[in-house]
Amino acid sequence: MALTKKDVEHVARLARLSLTDKEKENLTEQLGKILGYIEKLNETDAAGVPPTAHPFAVTPALREDKTFRWSPAESILKNAPEHEEGFFKVKKVIEG
Amino acid sequence: MSALSACEIAAKVRKKEISALEVAKGFLENAKKQDPRLKVFIKIHGDPFMASAEALDEKIRTGGAPGRLAGVPVAIKDNMNVDGWETTCASKILEGFKATYDATAIKKLKAEDALLLGKTNLDEFAMGSSTENSAFFTTKNPWDISRVPGGSSGGSAAAVAAGITPLSLGSDTGGSIRQPASFCGVLGLKPTYGRVSRFGLVAFASSLDQIGPFARDAQDLALLLSVISGKDPMDSTSSDEPVPDYAAALAKGTGPLKLGVPKEYFAKGLDAEIKEKVLAAVKVFEKAGAKIEDVSLPHMSSAIEVYYILAPSEASANLARFDGIRYGHRTKEAKNLLELYEKSRDEGFGPEVKRRIMLGTYALSSGYYDAFYLKAQKVRTLICQDFEAAFKKVDALITPTAPTPAFKIGDKTSDPLQMYLSDVYTISCNLAGIPGMSVPCGFSKEKLPVGFQILGRPFEEARMLQMAAFYQSQTAWHKETPPLN
Repeated sequence: MALTKKDVEHVARLARLSLTDKEKENLTEQLGKILGYIEKLNETDAAGVPPTAHPFAVTPALREDKTFRWSPAESILKNAPEHEEGFFKVKKVIEG
Repeated sequence: MSALSACEIAAKVRKKEISALEVAKGFLENAKKQDPRLKVFIKIHGDPFMASAEALDEKIRTGGAPGRLAGVPVAIKDNMNVDGWETTCASKILEGFKATYDATAIKKLKAEDALLLGKTNLDEFAMGSSTENSAFFTTKNPWDISRVPGGSSGGSAAAVAAGITPLSLGSDTGGSIRQPASFCGVLGLKPTYGRVSRFGLVAFASSLDQIGPFARDAQDLALLLSVISGKDPMDSTSSDEPVPDYAAALAKGTGPLKLGVPKEYFAKGLDAEIKEKVLAAVKVFEKAGAKIEDVSLPHMSSAIEVYYILAPSEASANLARFDGIRYGHRTKEAKNLLELYEKSRDEGFGPEVKRRIMLGTYALSSGYYDAFYLKAQKVRTLICQDFEAAFKKVDALITPTAPTPAFKIGDKTSDPLQMYLSDVYTISCNLAGIPGMSVPCGFSKEKLPVGFQILGRPFEEARMLQMAAFYQSQTAWHKETPPLN
């Protein structure tokens, strides 16, 4: 299946991956080849077959709506690259 | 010491014939000696390992009841959370991340007094079949260090094969327990979907992932499975199906068996030596009175396509959480939030993980969803129906686990599609949610282990363990140990 560099750039943006030119080149070729193989699926007739999202039919797994203590927020925040006053810190979101 | 089984260690510790500290010292020393050559561990946690042994001895001294895994060293694949320890998933993107809680399977091990020795190597985020996708290093196959141990749970399989620990935990999304078990000559079981809680296992493909045990004999495997199985309120997909006493089930034996040999698993692409050894294993059951039937799973040939659409699709969603905000690697180059996401992820993920995120994002993207994702879900139904039909005729299926023995390090890294095709016999089991197990059944001419696979009905792990125990009572493959240098 032919895939263009533009296709790869579009998907990379959706996936939030900034790829180098070399990576784009490799992925254009590799994904094309993999998708070419996967396209064999078209040969299987599945008209009218219901889709399976989960191997077993699940009954709704509901539990009591109760809060409980989790590990202290500080230990979780310690894993963040940047945090301040109990919040995760990110770049400015709103311009201007 | 490393020749002792988990059952033997637990019994000796319980009877105070040996202290947990003595066990721990012996195993830690051996692990430190072997690891530089085999590269099994991302990290050996020697201090907490010794401390937990001392605490267990103290508990026994003061009259406490020792647990079912008392003093048994266990190695853990590094995609499961152990409170206070780093979880790396063999990825740079999780740089510095320390788990703040125990995965449910880990909590259960600790409650039964297991000693956790360390975190084992894997393919990054469990994506791969050789551990070559680890961002850190490749684990070596203990039988031949120029070869891969299989993957993704290659470190955990190699640990048990080399006698570094009698037990280990892996995870299996498309064969990641069974294929390395076959490459390393040990038992590896992927339980029924929902048998073991996934809470605290870093998600790859949530409808396929399952935690499972490695061991050298069926008794040890049964013991570990008994401990980790069961319903967990923290994983809504875990099953409330009662957990049988697997060890007690082993004592009962298999009873009369009807076994299926699906012809699609013995077609072209299968190494001749493996075919011969797997069919010889079938004969062992036949000689004991099992009825052998030819069965057909006509949609098995589509399993690779279905898997490589569904697993990357689920992965692309699951891995969206690695964004450089709450944990792990954050780029130093970003000017705005979008760049922070895109560059952190590009710098943090390795090539295979990026490939799968791209593949999954593509399959789910507008215009392709019906042709890829929805179509794959429909064919998944057909694969499930094939197994249902087969299990109406027979109790279990016997197949090869992998089409070849362990391959050379570097042999398949240049062609991702070739690597994907090596999963051909293991992935349909995950798609159908059924349990699957690899059992060592001999060696190739080059002295590389070969395994056969048992596929069972949902929640019939007891029968599969009985089969493995029976096979091991008739053969001695599992008693062979790899060379020490």
